[in-house]
Amino acid sequence: MSVSPEKFGDVSRRTLLRRAAAAGLLAAPAAGLLSACAGSEPSKSDGGGAAKSKDNPFGVKDGSAVKVVVFNGGLGDQWAKEDKVIFNAKHPNVTVNMSSTQKIKTEEQPKMATQPSDLVMNSGADMMDRSTLINEGAIESLDDLLTAPAWDSEGTVADSLLPGTVADGTQNGKFYVVNVAYTVWGNWYNAALFSKEGWTAPTTWDDFFALAPKIKAKGMAPYVHDAVHGYYPRWALFASIWKAVGKQAVVDIDNLKDGAWKADGIVAALEPWEKLVKDRLLLPGKLDHTQSQQAFLDGKAAFIQVGTWLKNEMAATIPPGFEMTISDYWSKSGDKAAKDVFASSGEGFVVPSKAPNKEAAKEFLRAILSKAGSAKFAELTKSLASTKGSGDNVQDSALASANSLMKNGSSDLISVKFPDFYADLDKESQNLSEELMAGRLTAQQFVDKMQAAADKVAKDSSIKKQTRTA
Amino acid sequence: MRHGVARFVTGFLALPVALYLFYVVWPFAQAAGYSLTDWGGYSDSQRFVGLDNYVRLFSDELIRKAFWHNVFFLVTVPLFTIALALFLAFLLNVGGREDRAGIRGVFGSGMYKVIFFFPQVLSLVVIAVMWQQIYRTDGQGLINGLLIKIGLVDADNPIAFTADPEPFLGVPAVLWWLLFIAVWSGAGFYMVLFSAAMQSIPKDIYEAAILDGAGRFHTFFKVTLPLLRDSVSVAWVYLGFIALDMYALVFVMTPSQGGPNHASEIFASVIQFNAFQKGQFGYACAIAVALAIFTILLAALQLRITRRERIEF
Repeated sequence: MSVSPEKFGDVSRRTLLRRAAAAGLLAAPAAGLLSACAGSEPSKSDGGGAAKSKDNPFGVKDGSAVKVVVFNGGLGDQWAKEDKVIFNAKHPNVTVNMSSTQKIKTEEQPKMATQPSDLVMNSGADMMDRSTLINEGAIESLDDLLTAPAWDSEGTVADSLLPGTVADGTQNGKFYVVNVAYTVWGNWYNAALFSKEGWTAPTTWDDFFALAPKIKAKGMAPYVHDAVHGYYPRWALFASIWKAVGKQAVVDIDNLKDGAWKADGIVAALEPWEKLVKDRLLLPGKLDHTQSQQAFLDGKAAFIQVGTWLKNEMAATIPPGFEMTISDYWSKSGDKAAKDVFASSGEGFVVPSKAPNKEAAKEFLRAILSKAGSAKFAELTKSLASTKGSGDNVQDSALASANSLMKNGSSDLISVKFPDFYADLDKESQNLSEELMAGRLTAQQFVDKMQAAADKVAKDSSIKKQTRTA
Repeated sequence: MRHGVARFVTGFLALPVALYLFYVVWPFAQAAGYSLTDWGGYSDSQRFVGLDNYVRLFSDELIRKAFWHNVFFLVTVPLFTIALALFLAFLLNVGGREDRAGIRGVFGSGMYKVIFFFPQVLSLVVIAVMWQQIYRTDGQGLINGLLIKIGLVDADNPIAFTADPEPFLGVPAVLWWLLFIAVWSGAGFYMVLFSAAMQSIPKDIYEAAILDGAGRFHTFFKVTLPLLRDSVSVAWVYLGFIALDMYALVFVMTPSQGGPNHASEIFASVIQFNAFQKGQFGYACAIAVALAIFTILLAALQLRITRRERIEF
């Protein structure tokens, strides 16, 4: 899953016009864009061919250039500039042309079939659909990167990665997407406030519902969430399903298995959310991600559910003394996998199949995943990198609580694959998640509608089906 | 001599026509071509599928929904924008007192003209972002904040604006809120258009009407409106195009770009979803082509209905 902190509101006029055009509203420029994509000639690789060695496993040629495009979202792009320094220390004669943007798809998609960049960080709201990229053969399989020696530690690159990173980037048995960040999701609270009020952070729904009246008595809303982007509440709902019913239930849902949503316990897993809404424990208003996060920082709500990029995204407005702390999603008694943590690698880099210098692109990935590079990443972004040990030397309450959450959790990570597999089901589940959180659907209705949406995708022959195994 | 003129004209027109053919007509044709394929948008290979995409279009629930939402805008955007623009233009030009200088607009009409026209100089996206703050769904929003302060809205239950799918008069509330912005941002331009047209109506016609005892109501409906027929008709066609678009507002302002739960889905958002999220450019092109045909037919029909003999003055 590549999920990232992005800025949704910023749509420049130019981008919008371009989109509107591409959408065929003006039909003319639309097809202009389309024509740009057609009739391409395959480009030849011009960066490889040098002698391969342990320090240059892909044979990057001196004097070649590599174009790297970085998504400049909640994590910023400073960390990537540090990677450039690390890369150039080993390859001083390879030119790195780095640019950063928030509009990955708008800028990179039209070039994919002709002259793509060598290395693209496919992330943010405006990202290219991963399944489409793979199905169309537009990106390169990176299996040889995994078996290459790590940049500055023993063993291979694969050995140096946190659990789940390779699986997250694999589709149809091949490794395509190199996720460089490691994200943990959960319920955030202000530890300083909790210790001042003498509250203990709940670990179960029962604890939470017992604490909620005390929070309300202080004039705070117990909970706030992003009510505009449906994938925010969806994380929480799926964490509840996984914890209550276990991994197999979610795997079945991902695989569009007949009646997967009707499995025992799924409705019960979602009922606490229904209760949370019905008991009016949510902050009033339909806030978006930054608005809701600011409301949390302003002390209007006690809990917010979001991933570990929160700290970096809101860095500018965190009040002094605010101890941002993440805790695991709440479970209920009888849950089958209460200890599983919702975490995954994200912020995926891809190498386009038609990139002129794929060798240097892979070499640059090796630099990003290095010990030095990942430590810089954690230091600058206050988020874990997907390389092991990146956060060991960073002092920060958010990062430390995420670290300990990972250490106390079981080794199985909660993950959901169908949003990456099926765009329709992705959109439908986002919409329905928000409907549930708006109180317009009960848990039972949510499950029924999800089953119907899944059945529709399963029956649609124009959609290529995917299978989740692990 | 005649021959020379023809050559001169051809020389002048060749370049623009070539540019037009290459950058406008050719891409049109290409889009139509892609609509017959299953192109995904990321590769240079595609399969010819004939009219499959068009057949699929008719059974697509989302398109049906989008169609009716666009029809809603198609009826309401021109209606309300033109009504408001006419009303403002009338007040600014002939709505005021008559005096020795003849008929004039209400006091301060020059300033009002600038104010009403102002939204027109803003980009639609800027307007959308600005209205996001006005429509903010908690006490920090301009409207909600005000209404909560004076006690008209409960702080625990603020107006949800574009996140509200509940039907009002059978149409999701979110569409009404978007309509309001569209009318607000469009009325100024058409007010100026109608003002210009009104100023070309000879003042003596009004004076004659007033001498005959016509009040403002009658002067407007019996004199002004019939003489503005051409302008109104053109405005109707333009606003029809805008109503079939509405992309910027939906894209920037609604949850999941067409939400909540498809309550504000329009053609453009469905095209965007199919092309860029689902990777079905071929199908998206088919929707776009269908929309283009629909638009052209509508414009032709509109101009046909309103065609009438021109009144010379």
